[in-house]
Amino acid sequence: MATATATPQTLIKGGSFLIEDRSPDEIFTPEDLTDQHRLIGQTGREFMEQEVLPHLDEMEAKKPGLLRELLRKAADVGLCGSDVPQKYGGLELDKISSIIISEEMARDGAWAATLGAQQGIGILPIAFFGTEAQKAKYVPKLASAEWVGAYCLSEATSASDALNAKTRAVLSPDGRHYVLNGTKHWITNGGIADVYVVFAKVDGEKFSAFIVERAFAGVSPGAEEHKMGIRGSSTTPVNLENAEVPVENVLGEVGKGHLIAFNILNMGRLKLGAGCIGGAKHLFAEAVKWAKEREAFGHPIADFGLIKEKLGEMVVRIYAAESMCYRTTGMIDGMLHGIDQSAPDAGRQILKALEQYAVECSILKVVGTEVLDFVTDETVQIYGGYGFSSDYPIERVYRDQRVNRIFEGTNEINRLLITDMLLKRSMKGELGLIPAAQRLRDEILGAPAFEEAGEDGLLADEARLVAGAKKIVLLVAGSAVQRYLQALADEQEIVAVLSNLCMDVYGMESALLRTLKKARSTSEDECATEIAATRAFVYEAADRMESEARRALGRISEGDNLRAELAVVRRFLRRNPPDTIELKRAAADRAIALNRYPLIEPR
Amino acid sequence: MKIVVCLKQVPARDSLLRLNSAGTWIQETDISFEVNEPDIYALEEALRLKESQGGEVVVCSLGPARAQQAIKEALAKGADRALHLDDPAFANLDSFGIARAMAKALDAEKPDLIVTGLQSDDFGAAQTGVILAELMGLPHSTIIMAIEVQGSAIKVKRELEAGFFQFIEMSLPALLTIQSGINKPRYATLKGIMAAKNKPLKKLGMADLGLSAADLAPRQKFTRVYVPEKRSKTEFFEGGGKDVAAKLVDKLKNEARVL
Ligand SMILES: Cc1cc2nc3c(=O)[nH]c(=O)nc-3n(C[C@H](O)[C@H](O)[C@H](O)COP(=O)(O)OP(=O)(O)OC[C@H]3O[C@@H](n4cnc5c(N)ncnc54)[C@H](O)[C@@H]3O)c2cc1C
Repeated sequence: MATATATPQTLIKGGSFLIEDRSPDEIFTPEDLTDQHRLIGQTGREFMEQEVLPHLDEMEAKKPGLLRELLRKAADVGLCGSDVPQKYGGLELDKISSIIISEEMARDGAWAATLGAQQGIGILPIAFFGTEAQKAKYVPKLASAEWVGAYCLSEATSASDALNAKTRAVLSPDGRHYVLNGTKHWITNGGIADVYVVFAKVDGEKFSAFIVERAFAGVSPGAEEHKMGIRGSSTTPVNLENAEVPVENVLGEVGKGHLIAFNILNMGRLKLGAGCIGGAKHLFAEAVKWAKEREAFGHPIADFGLIKEKLGEMVVRIYAAESMCYRTTGMIDGMLHGIDQSAPDAGRQILKALEQYAVECSILKVVGTEVLDFVTDETVQIYGGYGFSSDYPIERVYRDQRVNRIFEGTNEINRLLITDMLLKRSMKGELGLIPAAQRLRDEILGAPAFEEAGEDGLLADEARLVAGAKKIVLLVAGSAVQRYLQALADEQEIVAVLSNLCMDVYGMESALLRTLKKARSTSEDECATEIAATRAFVYEAADRMESEARRALGRISEGDNLRAELAVVRRFLRRNPPDTIELKRAAADRAIALNRYPLIEPR
Repeated sequence: MKIVVCLKQVPARDSLLRLNSAGTWIQETDISFEVNEPDIYALEEALRLKESQGGEVVVCSLGPARAQQAIKEALAKGADRALHLDDPAFANLDSFGIARAMAKALDAEKPDLIVTGLQSDDFGAAQTGVILAELMGLPHSTIIMAIEVQGSAIKVKRELEAGFFQFIEMSLPALLTIQSGINKPRYATLKGIMAAKNKPLKKLGMADLGLSAADLAPRQKFTRVYVPEKRSKTEFFEGGGKDVAAKLVDKLKNEARVL
C-alpha cells in the first residue's frame, strides 16, 4: 500500500476480541497517526471549508451541475480514487487514510453521501470485481469524476431484503445482451450518474451484478425524492425498461451478485461509521462554543451541571467509538499489508480481508451512527430554540444525520448480522466461541477462583471489568444457543442484546487499550481526560451490560438456573463504581477549555 | 528561478496556552503546532512564481523535530526539497540567531529570491527576514502585496499605512517578506502528500553550518511573560460639557499619560 502506517503487524482474527486479550501495543490508535495522515486530514478539512461548506444552500436548492462540479474538484484533490489501485488512476491509500477522509467529509451529510456513492459503493464494485477490460474502461473515469457512479441494490419492495430483488435480466436471443426490467429505488447520485452498478436476477433467479451506462437504451432516472435530510444529494429511482446491457458488462459471475453486494457494504459501513464519528467531533465543537457563549441566569450555560453532563457524555461516547474505529481500521490495514494492488485478483483479496472484519464493520456502523445521533440530539438541546430554528445550522444537521441509521443496512439489520456472523463463524470452527463458552461453564461450576486479587496499576480495575464483560457475552450467548439452537434467529430481541453486549465490550476494551497505550508513551498526567473518559465509559457500559444481560436471561432461563446465571453476571461485573458525574465534568471542562473535542489534536 | 521559502512552525491559533514554570515562555507540551500563517502565503507565492517562471522551490525551516510536519506540508503542496535546521543548540534563538543560521545554510544555495512571511504568529517581531537579507547582503522589501517578474528584476507592491502602496523595482537576488492575504493558498492534494515522502529533506546542525554557540548567542531575552493583567476601570464624569472635557484632558495627560 502506498502509505506506510504505523499499523501493528499482528494479524488479528475478526471477532476475536470476545475471547482473546490484546496488549496496548497491538492496537492502532489515533495517537499513532503519521504526518502523512494528518496532512490528509488537513486537506480534507480545507477542501470542505473552501469548496463544499460555502455551497450548502445551493446544494439544497439543487443547483444544476453543482454536484458534478464538486465531485470533479474532489477528484482533482484525489478524494475520489483514494481506495482505487494506482494502475487505474487511484491512490491506493491505506484504510486509515480513507477513514480520515470520511471523518472530514462528514461535516455535511449530503456531500458525504454524494462522495461516498462515488468513491465507495460506486467505484469499488468495479475496481474490485471487474475484468481487466471493465476496470480499464470505467475505473479511471470514475476516479477522475469525469463519470459519476451509483450503486443500485435497493428496490421499492426490497432493500433490507435485497436478495429478494424483482428486477429481472434475460439473455437476448442472440446472446449478446442482457435485457433488464425493473426499478431500483433510493439511488444516491441516481439523477447525476453516468454509470450504475445494478443488481438484478437473471431469469428471475440468479442474483447478479451489471455495469449499466445511463446512455444505454432503456435506462432512465426518475424524479428526485423529497427527503427529510441530505437534501443536497441526489436520490432517485432508476428505471430499467428493456434496458440492453452487453454481456461483457456482467460484473463478477452470474448468480454470484450477493458476493459483490455484501462485501462492498463492509467498506461502506466502516466509512459510514468513521464519518459519523468525524461528524460528531465537528458538531461537538459547535455545541461547546455555543454553551460558552450563550448566557442564562447570568452564567454561560456551560457552567451548568446538566450542560456539562451532556458535553461530558458526548466526549465519553465519541472517545470509545473513535478508539474502536481506529483499532478496527488498523487491523484491516494489517491484513491488507503486502497485497499487490495491481495483481488481477487484488480486489478479491482486499474484500476477503474486509470480510474478516465484517463483524467489526457492522459494529462501527451501528455505534458510529448512534453516537452521532446522540451528539446531534443533545447539540440541538444545548442550542435550545436556536437548535430548532432553520436559520441556524444545527437544524439541518439534525435532519441530515437521521438517515445514517437507515442506509448501509439499517441498524436493526446490522445488529442481527453481528450476532449471526459471530455464531456462524463459531459453528464453522473459525472462531473459538464455543470452546470458550464451554471453558466458562467449567469455570462457573468449579470453585470460584481467586481472580479478584489481580494486578495493580493504571486502570487495573477497569481491565478486570473488561475481562468480566467478555465472559458475560459468552454466558448469555452460550445460554441462548443452548436454549434456542437454530431457532435463535427468531428471538431477535435476544440476538440484539447479544450484539449490544459485543459492542459495549469492544468499546470498553478499545478505549482502555488506547488510553494505556498513550499513558505508556506520555504520562498519566497528560492522559487525565483519556483516563476519565475510559473509566466513565467502562463503568457505564458495565451498567448497561448488566441490565441487558438480565433482560435476555430473564427470557432464556428460569428458576434456579436463572438465579445461578444472574449471580454469575453479578460476580463477573462486580465493581466499585467511581464518581462518574465527576469524571464527565472533568471531560467537559477540558472540552470547554479547548473549545473542541479534547481527545485528539485538531488537523 | 530558484526560490527559497523560509517557513516557521508556530503554536496553533486555537491552542490553550499556559505559561512555562519559569514564566519566560509558553509551555510547549500538550499544544498543537501549525505553519505560521504569513509563511503559507509566502509559500503560495513561491509556488506560483515557479509555475510561471520555472525553477525550483526550496523550503527552509529552523526548529525541533516536530517542525518536519510543517516542512512536509510545504513539500506536499509542491515545494521541491527542504532544508531542516535542527540542533539542540538552536533552541531559544532570537531573530538574529535564526537569521544567522539560515544565512549560512542559504549562502550555499545561491537563490534568486528568498521569501518569508511578514512576521511570525508567535513572536511577531518581523525581524528574521530583514536580518537575513542584511547578513546575506541582499536587497529586501517588506509587507509585499504583489510580485511581478520583469526579466532579471522584479517589481513589487508594498503596503504602507492608510491605504497607500509603494511600488519598487528591485534587482535579483533579493528577499521579500510577504503580507498575509495576497493570494489564495492551495491545499495539498493527496497525490502531493504521497509524493512528499520521496522529496529530499536535508538536515543541517550547527556544526554543518560552521557555527558555534557563541555565534548564535541571543542578543535579547525574555525576562517575563505574563497574561495581561485585568485593569479595566471605567470612570464616568459628571457635569456639563466643558467641565467634563477639562477633566478628561487632565486625566489623559496626567494619569493615562497619552497626551
Ligand atoms: C437517502 C437514501 C439514500 C439511499 N441510497 C441508496 C443507494 O445508493 N443504493 C441502494 O441500493 N440503496 C440506497 N438506499 C436504500 C437503503 O439502503 C434502504 O432504505 C435501507 O436498506 C432500508 O430498506 P427499506 O427502506 O426497504 O426498509 P425496510 O427494509 O422496509 O425496513 C423497515 C424497517 O423494518 C426493519 N426490518 C427490515 N427487515 C427486518 C428484519 N429481518 N428483522 C427486523 N427488522 C427488520 C428495518 O430495520 C426498518 O426499521 C438509500 C436510502 C435512503 C433513504
